[in-house]
Amino acid sequence: MMKKLRDFLFVAAVALSVWELLVRMTGVPPYILPGPLQVASAAIEYAEMIGEHTLVTLSEVLVGLFLGTVLGAGTSLFLVVSGYARRLLLPLMVFSQTVPIFALAPLLTLWLGYGMGSKIAMTLLIIYFPVASTFYDGLRNTPRGYLDLALTMNASESRTLFRIQVPAALPSLASGLRLAAVYAPIGAVIGEWVGASRGLGYLMLLANGRVKIDLMFAALFALAALTIVLHTLINQAGRRLTRWSVGD
Amino acid sequence: MKGRDLVPQLRIRGGFRHGDAILFEGLDLVLEAGQWTCLLGPSGVGKSTLLRLVAGLDTGGEFDGSIESTNSRPLREQVAYMAQSDLLLPWLNVRANVMLGSTLRGEVRKLERADQLIEEVGLGMHAEKRPHELSGGMRQRAALARTLMEDKPLLLLDEPFSALDARTRSEMQELAFEVLMDRTVMLVTHDPSEAARIAHRVYLLTETGLHQPDVTGRPPIRAFDDPEALNIQSRLFSALRL
Repeated sequence: MMKKLRDFLFVAAVALSVWELLVRMTGVPPYILPGPLQVASAAIEYAEMIGEHTLVTLSEVLVGLFLGTVLGAGTSLFLVVSGYARRLLLPLMVFSQTVPIFALAPLLTLWLGYGMGSKIAMTLLIIYFPVASTFYDGLRNTPRGYLDLALTMNASESRTLFRIQVPAALPSLASGLRLAAVYAPIGAVIGEWVGASRGLGYLMLLANGRVKIDLMFAALFALAALTIVLHTLINQAGRRLTRWSVGD
Repeated sequence: MKGRDLVPQLRIRGGFRHGDAILFEGLDLVLEAGQWTCLLGPSGVGKSTLLRLVAGLDTGGEFDGSIESTNSRPLREQVAYMAQSDLLLPWLNVRANVMLGSTLRGEVRKLERADQLIEEVGLGMHAEKRPHELSGGMRQRAALARTLMEDKPLLLLDEPFSALDARTRSEMQELAFEVLMDRTVMLVTHDPSEAARIAHRVYLLTETGLHQPDVTGRPPIRAFDDPEALNIQSRLFSALRL
């Protein structure tokens, strides 16, 4: 872990130095590309404002993640227990993926307004399919031997589902959630771009409009940091929950 | 076990096909009550299919025949199953794995009985461990304790020792024979030496059908270097190569 962090810091330091050098050597104006030192200075100057907007985006992401996970996992369970639902819903789910979710953002804003609702809906929609599809795959691929054993033990279907199939599918769900952690902030920010008065997406647009590119970059870094922290936390939780699958 | 008098004799008669392909036909196999019956044969002849039929598991084919038991209880209630893979759930510790049956049926979990069986199979120090912390032999011991916990009169064992090293396999054969005493056991195996050690009766299932080679002699379990066991083993080898 420490080694990984050290490597990351080293690569980041090199990249930032190259960036600063390029800006200075080419003389590109700061309203086109500010150097990292200028971005850092903007980040400090506007720290409070960036913090407030980050909190808004984080709230949208967390609520969207929670609802998307509940809905995605619920759909997978429903698909596994009901053949009728599989016939009816699976083609629909696949078809829904042919519609670019970004294109729905204006519609969601129209229907749900400029508040958090439309951003949460956008986040939910963007993570729903990865969560549902990975968990469903995991539930369908329970090792046959486990199911045979349950059958010879006269297990009820619901207990087989919740005591065997669901735990066996947790590593797949964890993969889906890791993807969701990366996609969720994208969903929220796209929602904010279409129409919002708060959030990092809004702040980026605002800074861009006022040619404060250093602030825009600072907001972008805040978004990246939020995504990395979220991904790391979900990754750690997933590993903790499925520690048994390591070495099995 | 709930009443030793309930230990059944089982008779399986009939044929089995996968689509148009006949796996076996005209079969007549008896599992004597309270004895070990080994079903020996090369891979792919349908040994495991036959065992899965008795266990009530999906076989992907069509069985045309009957499975008669000498007692009146439904077969499904009498059967415990042990496979080549230990099938221990990796997210549960040994104790929870041993109690899996009662968990899956929603019954009260008998902790003391589980611990007693775990002790009996020599895993007393490992009850809290997860399967990935155990060796192959220890995992199969845990699977044996789980099978015993089911307390069923009819045991169906599908090559449960075949993935173990020779020494562990020999120890497991002795342990299983001891703890499954007086139950009706069907053991599917492709290993003549295993059948020679452990079986009261041996059926040989080959491409030409079901045969019953002579394994009469001292009752099992026979020592691995017992001349009688070695003699039976060589006869089984010869029968397999015919």
